[in-house]
Amino acid sequence: MGENEWKMTKPKKVLVYRHAAITRLTHWINVLALTLLLMSGLNIFGAHPALYWGQKATFARPWLLIAAEDHGNHTIGFTQIGAVKFNTTGVLGYSGKPGSFDQVAFPSWATVPSNRDLADSRHWHFFFAWIFVINGLIYWLVGLVRGHIRRDLVPTRHDVAPKNIWREIVTHAQLKFPKGEEARHYNVLQKTTYLGVILVLLPAMVLTGLCMSPGFDAAARWLVDFFGGRQSARTIHFLTAFTIVGFVLVHLAMVVASGTWNNIRSMITGRYAIAPQAEPANAGDVA
Amino acid sequence: MTVSFNRRGWLRAGFASIGALVLGACDRITDSPKGVAFLQSAEGLTRRVQRLVVDRKALAREFTTADISSDFRANGSIDPTDADYVALKAKGFSDYRLVIDGLVRRPLSLSLEDLRRQPPRTQITRHDCVEGWSSIAKWTGARLGPLLDQAGLKPSARYLVFHCGDTLEETLDGSGQYYESIDLIDAYHPQTILAYDMNDQVLPVAHGAPLRLRVERQLGYKHAKYIMRIEAVDDYRRLGRGNGGFWEDRGYEWYAGI
Repeated sequence: MGENEWKMTKPKKVLVYRHAAITRLTHWINVLALTLLLMSGLNIFGAHPALYWGQKATFARPWLLIAAEDHGNHTIGFTQIGAVKFNTTGVLGYSGKPGSFDQVAFPSWATVPSNRDLADSRHWHFFFAWIFVINGLIYWLVGLVRGHIRRDLVPTRHDVAPKNIWREIVTHAQLKFPKGEEARHYNVLQKTTYLGVILVLLPAMVLTGLCMSPGFDAAARWLVDFFGGRQSARTIHFLTAFTIVGFVLVHLAMVVASGTWNNIRSMITGRYAIAPQAEPANAGDVA
Repeated sequence: MTVSFNRRGWLRAGFASIGALVLGACDRITDSPKGVAFLQSAEGLTRRVQRLVVDRKALAREFTTADISSDFRANGSIDPTDADYVALKAKGFSDYRLVIDGLVRRPLSLSLEDLRRQPPRTQITRHDCVEGWSSIAKWTGARLGPLLDQAGLKPSARYLVFHCGDTLEETLDGSGQYYESIDLIDAYHPQTILAYDMNDQVLPVAHGAPLRLRVERQLGYKHAKYIMRIEAVDDYRRLGRGNGGFWEDRGYEWYAGI
């Protein structure tokens, strides 16, 4: 709907209070912490850019390897998954400024600090790991006590009806976003995705991270077993991190598709503008 | 000349410059001693919480012989060229003496035969390198706790410093000599041993012959190799560059439980 149509039809936009202050605050702290955790994590990965399953490393047979190799007169960066090798020169394994490439797993623009430094990247990682954990605990505690999680995120019986789920998938795929009353609540896809992130992915990051700690392992061997061993925990830590990156990309795409500034404003001031319910007659022209 | 910037161009330029600013800021924090010290404040929290949550005597997991790595990686020094060490090695370590001194009532000097007569312990454990990999091996050695009791720690002793026979980095002031330190909680842990055997064989040079520390529940760099002397101290800050170990002096955590 363009600006002019907006004025012509003069619909009343309703500003609703969508996000509580604690949700907004923890959201942005989470953005900061996860960004720095990811970037310092990619630097840490560079110290041993290979992944394994089980308790121990099998150096000759990693399931994932990001490295560089000499080809006589030139060097290539490669990413090897199982037995398949991809040339990823410039991004993975071998990258840098034109003419002065370095043998690093992830490019310097993606890591903190920008140069490969295990000691310093660990300082960044563990500092923001604490920020992330404390922030997450506050979110959970307040969300449970004040009912945010039960009220806004746990799907209702109506939500999980197969007919409704199918309808949501179809309208979501068509990028048709709800209006009026319906826009006041998350739909079932949003609810399950957000719950999946805060209930499964983010806790999995903390737990697999802890399973890499030899000190923690002595206290919770069962958890290391649950993830299949220390090297499996490292692998799952890595895969979960990229699943979260995937979530963030989709999340940002949906933010843009459903109204960039309205969404961003709602996460800053809490106010979210809702377009009025379209009349059945002109239901066709909502875009 | 006209410079046309479409919306996408602006957005891309905007994100790129924000990204560069953030990265630049992160690097500046990393390069400033105060910035790193601030980030490192998390280490104290980690150590305290782990000491609180993990029982002092909780054992690191022990594995079976089937789990032993055939490709256990050797890191750091793998064949020291220090003259004293080379001389010891040439005679099969028959002249080797482990010295335990510092804040003790009865300083000890022990040959390898003496060490093999001490209360032993054998354990198959996982070695977790700070780089991220793990290898499993069977270690046999003298338990450190009983040895300390023989030497009689003075009440002022708080840490044990392991002076090693290898120079890992050539420096003018000698600060490239490997050393490590642990506290008494780890020193008296039942799995803390001075290992002389690895996988039922005499400890190879690459893995720290004739004697290396096994301090399970901490990362690989704490497991000092080529131990020549154990010194009981009240404070490790007067040693090396003051951070309690070779890698600690190069930015790594003293508490390597994570």
